[in-house]
Amino acid sequence: MQLSPQLESKFQSLLSNYPEDKKRSAMIPMLMYGQDELGSVTPELIVEVAARVGVQPLQVSEVMSYYSMLHPKPLGKFHVQICTNVSCLLTGGEELWDQACHRLGIGHKQATADGLISLEEVECIGACSWAPAIQINYDFHHEVTSARLEELIDGLTQKSHAV
Amino acid sequence: MPYNQPHPAETRIISKRFGLPNSASLETFLATEGYAAIKKALGMTPDAIIEEMKASNLRGRGGAGFPTGLKWSFVPRTSPKPKYIIVNADESEPGTCKDRLLMEYDPHQLLEGMMIGGYTMGATYGWIYIRGEYRYLIDIMDRAIAEAYAAGYLGDNLHGTGFSFHIRTHTGAGAYECGEESALLESFEGKRGIPRIRPPFPAVSGAYQAPTLLNNVETFATVPAILLMGGAEYAALGIPKSGGTKLLCISGHVNKPGVYEVPLGFPMMRAIEELGGGMRNGKKLKAVVPGGSSCPMLTAAECDGLTLDYDALAKVKSMLGSGGMIVLDEDTDMVRVALRIMRFYQHESCGWCIPCREGTTWLKKLLTRFVGGAGTQSDIVMIGDLAKNMLGRTFCPLGDAAALPTISIIEKFRNEFEDYLTHGPKPRRQYLRDQAPVWQGQAAAIPVQPTL
Repeated sequence: MQLSPQLESKFQSLLSNYPEDKKRSAMIPMLMYGQDELGSVTPELIVEVAARVGVQPLQVSEVMSYYSMLHPKPLGKFHVQICTNVSCLLTGGEELWDQACHRLGIGHKQATADGLISLEEVECIGACSWAPAIQINYDFHHEVTSARLEELIDGLTQKSHAV
Repeated sequence: MPYNQPHPAETRIISKRFGLPNSASLETFLATEGYAAIKKALGMTPDAIIEEMKASNLRGRGGAGFPTGLKWSFVPRTSPKPKYIIVNADESEPGTCKDRLLMEYDPHQLLEGMMIGGYTMGATYGWIYIRGEYRYLIDIMDRAIAEAYAAGYLGDNLHGTGFSFHIRTHTGAGAYECGEESALLESFEGKRGIPRIRPPFPAVSGAYQAPTLLNNVETFATVPAILLMGGAEYAALGIPKSGGTKLLCISGHVNKPGVYEVPLGFPMMRAIEELGGGMRNGKKLKAVVPGGSSCPMLTAAECDGLTLDYDALAKVKSMLGSGGMIVLDEDTDMVRVALRIMRFYQHESCGWCIPCREGTTWLKKLLTRFVGGAGTQSDIVMIGDLAKNMLGRTFCPLGDAAALPTISIIEKFRNEFEDYLTHGPKPRRQYLRDQAPVWQGQAAAIPVQPTL
């Protein structure tokens, strides 16, 4: 598999983070950073990571299926994650969730037809004191109101037109 | 920026740099006693450091509250195997958002704590296991690590003492279970995050079957302060058996939710009234989750006169946990809260132990039925029985974490379950709407099946 120069150097640095005979530790970080670039954990990425850490591809698949942030299918370009756990529930997280579902016409772990936005109801993202919180890709948004959610989604749609 | 204004009632020891300009930089760190503790440590014997840690009465800040000095003393330092340092930064307990600030605003303090741990154990390598969602913190920690290398605080033969230490970050990939130390180690080794059978404990056989010192971010971040002020003086900030200060993450129905550092033994009602700015909309207090969602719920009456420390909370059969304090007002629907908590644990159960895997699944089904208005009198009994049967029957504490809050809610707020039986589902408050329609198939326009 041909990796971009950035990903190649990231993989090298991840592999150097662990003792020489413990390369398997780099597996999950490599899958995470690989997914960031490729959009999902592709079969090719699994084979590549397996070869580099010295395990069978099946062992990588087995590990991958355990983790909720590793996705075998591409997410939307913008992955909107709405927390509805207790602190967010008490401050309106579920209302935000309803609003996002209706606005986008999609549900949990689904993507819009154009592949731009995907939606996931997530568990606690560690923003309890600034609830309700959502995460778009890796960016946190705190104390989100209904109006703010609209704004954020509008922004995502506009960003795609600008590109 | 997730930062709240400091409050005069706080005792800021590990949060003292929060809010300083450029607080994450090495420059700010050095200007405020940064890396003075590791210099002091390098002049001490490992035994003396462990004695200071014991004297500090510091207890594990990740939730279990195990005495840190004792944990440090369990690591077999004379073992011929390499020793490792691992920081648990997999903060995922609902209600907890403190480690985030410690890494965002004071990354060098954490690095210094790890260095002291590394010197004490004779370790050369340390890793920070950071949950995958906290990518921006991984970047902050990586920058701080690079700064520390450039300035000679990390590397080989540090300060000419022969002590070498290296730190790297390690990203998780979304799993609450990986905050449990043995599952974290499995995950760190590139495996599914399922717990290990103990003993042996990680201190003896941790990462790569080698002795491993594994502590929470807040625990390591406290170490420099303990060495600088001395264990006894740090302990005196708190109360006997609960030494020092603790970060409280106040969330829920208060006016000023935020993260505040208080001495242990701080009155709970003061935390709600003063730090949290009192109840939102002038409502009355109904219940408090004292330390993250796995802690048994306390009623308003139980909170009265209660202090926030390990023993006081144990006396009311709850826990200080991770300090994630969720405040619930009088109108909160406890049945819904019980369901949301159970949905979380059902989702996060790793499936290794049957009582947890099946127990959480059935409890979620029962509670879903209840919230949907189809509960029965016998369901109330069954929920309590099922939860009690999970207790102590799993390899890791996730089973208990799911059972304990459920038992407390069903015992202390049984009347609310009975209200559901007599009056049907309650009218919902604006912030507390029903579960997302996609889950219950109420919104026809939205396809129900996840496709990603």
